[in-house]
Amino acid sequence: MTTAQQTAQAGVLEKAEGGDLETAVATIINPLEISRIAWEGVVRNKVRSLLTMLGVIIGVGAVIIMIAISAGTEATIAEQIEGLGSNLVFIQASFGRGGAGGGGGDQVTLVYDDIAVVESVGGVAGTTVDQTTSQTVKAGDVTLTDVPLMGTTPDFPEVRDVAVADGRFFNENELERSTKVAILGAALAEQLFGAANPIGQSITVGTTKLAVIGVADEKGIVGNTDFDSLLYVPITLVFDKFLPTQFRQFAGDRVRIIYVQVEPEADMELVIQQIQLKLATSKDVTVDELPFTMQTQQDIIDTEGATTEAFRNLLAWVAGVSLLVGGIGIMNIMLVSVTERTREIGIRQSVGATPNDIRLQFLTEALMLSLVGGLIGVALGVGGSFLFGSTSDMRTVIVPSSIALAFGSAAAVGIFFGFFPANKAAQLDPIEALRHE
Amino acid sequence: MTAIIKTEQLTKIYGMGDIQVAALGGVDVQINEGEFVAVMGPSGSGKSTLMNILGCLDRPTSGHYFLAGQAVSGMDKVQLAVIRNQRIGFIFQSFNLLARTSALRNVMLPLVYKRQGQLSPAEREEKAMAALEAVGLADRAHHDPNELSGGQRQRVAIARALVNDPVLIMADEPTGNLDTKTGNEIMGLLHKLHERGRTIVMVTHEPDIAAQTERSIVLVDGLVAEDGRSQPANAQMMNAK
Repeated sequence: MTTAQQTAQAGVLEKAEGGDLETAVATIINPLEISRIAWEGVVRNKVRSLLTMLGVIIGVGAVIIMIAISAGTEATIAEQIEGLGSNLVFIQASFGRGGAGGGGGDQVTLVYDDIAVVESVGGVAGTTVDQTTSQTVKAGDVTLTDVPLMGTTPDFPEVRDVAVADGRFFNENELERSTKVAILGAALAEQLFGAANPIGQSITVGTTKLAVIGVADEKGIVGNTDFDSLLYVPITLVFDKFLPTQFRQFAGDRVRIIYVQVEPEADMELVIQQIQLKLATSKDVTVDELPFTMQTQQDIIDTEGATTEAFRNLLAWVAGVSLLVGGIGIMNIMLVSVTERTREIGIRQSVGATPNDIRLQFLTEALMLSLVGGLIGVALGVGGSFLFGSTSDMRTVIVPSSIALAFGSAAAVGIFFGFFPANKAAQLDPIEALRHE
Repeated sequence: MTAIIKTEQLTKIYGMGDIQVAALGGVDVQINEGEFVAVMGPSGSGKSTLMNILGCLDRPTSGHYFLAGQAVSGMDKVQLAVIRNQRIGFIFQSFNLLARTSALRNVMLPLVYKRQGQLSPAEREEKAMAALEAVGLADRAHHDPNELSGGQRQRVAIARALVNDPVLIMADEPTGNLDTKTGNEIMGLLHKLHERGRTIVMVTHEPDIAAQTERSIVLVDGLVAEDGRSQPANAQMMNAK
């Protein structure tokens, strides 16, 4: 220390009265110094600090992973809905209502001929149906069992947004005549023929020989259907050859679903109402008795949206609870720490630490515990999300705002739960604290 | 002579329900700059209470206390903390060093809480090192208290008491936890500080330690019973008889 500093200091001591003291009281000691003291408190008990942080680590990690899973699910759903095709209405038989509706014993079902009824409604751009079954398929010496057979109509590629990569789809003529032709999904073609060109080859489905006339472009999984593994055939062929006989007797030419493509400029609601009305008339029941559900893409989006929202709310609660538990853990350890370090607090007070200095020290320590815990939690959450995404069927999308949210909550938890112990420390009486064993 | 300590009718009353105990019943003392004073008295005499008030760790119930001319008896907890930091250095019987903290960092502690003329870390270290050198412990600066002997620990505490250049050094039984030889070494160090002009107030119950000071204040039942030149230990013992 220089002489100049010494005299300056002596000067401070000489005139340290009234106003001067007030300035000193109002002066906050260097925050860096407080941080350093707090950090020493954290690293002094490494194992204990780590255990204290565990609650926050798990909480923050859980928030990030859960939001990543939820976002992944949403992304998948969004893609699937996009993949459904545009302006679609799905008509499906609703189970549990069909039987009672007819009254006279005849069940009201969705059949192939209903397409004509639907197509007569104005505003309908196209329709297609499907009826699926599964069969054993042979090509050369390759045999595949349980291949999903999709019986449909020539409109299918347009309505369901499936492109034909090679060859062509079957036409109206082939549909009417139940011609023995087939179009292979991209993956199915690969499995059956490898690199060879399947077009013009023949395959044996069940006991029936079919000629391959086309290969569909890759589309992936939409809804629950893996389009690439499908075998497309005229629906009439399914009715004739591939439905089990005992089933055929009562099922007739029943179809699973009718897809209706509505013209873009048409009023969706109106078209649906008219379809319902016409179907009811043709089946001789009232609209209310009609055992079919009519769903639009928007309905599906809304349903899925509500599901994922509920899912996400649940996750938020779970994560929130674990952060709360983490916070209580921090408070608990900080209370222990304050008691354990009463002597230290007394020493600091005796050399001039104000209640505020002590409060800040312990508050910063709690904050550091939660922030370091938060950081580890973020690393764990991001790593865990990647791991989840790559090792399980679940898709995960890491949402940057979830990291901010989790980290911010951890900090808030640290301050909130650190305040009570810090205040307790600040209010200790220096004499009592110094006497503490 | 400048009065470092001046008290007027200092009282401290502890209330326990309806029963009130007067630990101090009106103490008037004046201690001037450069004095080395022993405060003595049997346990329960109020010497710890007086020590706490003079050290600005506690507030009197009534009366006035001027520390270097500044009225501190009416101050609140925060103001007292600042005063302790600026003007008082403590030496305790049980050393009161921070565990798992090097001697150097222990000595730096009062500088950390210094509010006026805050020092940079380098300046703090320099000052703390100088204080450690003054007590002959520069070579142990980076050792933790548990690696130091009792005498060394007390010397670290003395360095800490000196580092902020206080007007008053309060020593509470500074040799109480030390053997006679080490105790004498510590007393030697205190004498050296006294020779250099420091004002030291030391609480002790050992007559031969008190005998080494120039003035003794004896408290009995919260009042000053004796205040005068310290007498040789054997003379004091005879007086007591």
